[in-house]
Amino acid sequence: MSVASLPTVALGHLLGSMADDEFVIGFSDSEWTGIAPLLEEDIAMSSLAQDEIGHAAALYGLLGELTGADPDALAYDRDPHEYRHARLLDHGRGDWAMTIARRYLYETSDATRLEALIGGSWPPLAQLCAKLVREERYHLMHIDAWFARLAGTGGEPRDRLLAALDELAPDAATVFTPLPGEPALIEAGILAAPMVDLEARWRAAIAPDLDALGLAMPPSPERPSRGRQDHGPAFAWLWDEFTMVRRSDPGATW
Amino acid sequence: MVIEAPGVDEVAVRAALAQVMDPELPVLSVVDLGIVHRVDVGPDGIEVSILPTFVGCPAIDVIRASIGARLAAFGLPIRVETTFEVPWTSDRITPNGRAALAVAGIAPPGPESAVRCPMCASAAVVRDSLFGPTQCRSLYYCRTCRQPFEVLKTI
Repeated sequence: MSVASLPTVALGHLLGSMADDEFVIGFSDSEWTGIAPLLEEDIAMSSLAQDEIGHAAALYGLLGELTGADPDALAYDRDPHEYRHARLLDHGRGDWAMTIARRYLYETSDATRLEALIGGSWPPLAQLCAKLVREERYHLMHIDAWFARLAGTGGEPRDRLLAALDELAPDAATVFTPLPGEPALIEAGILAAPMVDLEARWRAAIAPDLDALGLAMPPSPERPSRGRQDHGPAFAWLWDEFTMVRRSDPGATW
Repeated sequence: MVIEAPGVDEVAVRAALAQVMDPELPVLSVVDLGIVHRVDVGPDGIEVSILPTFVGCPAIDVIRASIGARLAAFGLPIRVETTFEVPWTSDRITPNGRAALAVAGIAPPGPESAVRCPMCASAAVVRDSLFGPTQCRSLYYCRTCRQPFEVLKTI
């Protein structure tokens, strides 16, 4: 596909939403560095965070090539309300069960989204996604094991996981918030199916796991179109953290 | 020493790249790691495209700089670019590279059942953590010689 015929605006929304998702979950996970419940998890969460922020950098890079924006400015110089990550990622670090519940919902959603992009017609994104799934396979192995471990252990672990899933439930499917200009992406062959269809695929994919663990399926979002807006106080706090160094000396070079 | 441009060809450039080591796995050259995707030598200079092992690999800028520094001896303009045109996979590591990893105490990538302790070659190993000190490594433990060791991830 020639650059001239690209649905640039819609593609920008797609890249921006994916980049913001990976960036925000990466920073959330990095909060466990040094204080995770096990040494191995300290390493795992740090490594996962490094992966996700690396993915965000690559996606902001593509967005920058498309629009001429500076990838670092995209990551760090926007106001909190300008970020377009899924509301699923707006719940604060919480306890370990909250982190596992959030990662489970996010990683399974991301896997469904990546599948719908790998065969796409815009090579820079299709090729990047083909690379990302190879890394995300490790993320899924990690989170599937922890999710099953907490759900399958009676008493406090399962109770905490249930409480986390309850809190996340209204936002559980928000990775699949319809994107502005989405039909143009499908017509151009960049995205295989509308987000509403991808949400159905994701539900079909996780249903057997949730069923086996005796867990309920998350409900559909009440206000589907707002799934990437109205970020709350937890994100305002995280934004303050991850932009702190950048704001302390604007324009500094390292 | 500046080599005259007419003597520069892809073979010479690849031989030079075989001397550029990965900063996180210093026993491996970028050639043995399998990240050299394309080498073009033309009138405008030398162009090398490399494949990041991981999308967020923090070593990639160091690798680009090391390649640029090593190829500068050819006296031609150098361009080193990264690409995801094909995904780097762990089976791109050469047999030479796999042997070098094992000597350094890092088990080479492969199926879970084929993981052997790089110290004592025992098969009595357990995976301790999928994630390790760099993005590309997992942590294992050998029950025979009671040593922890790292395994390069299979991706």
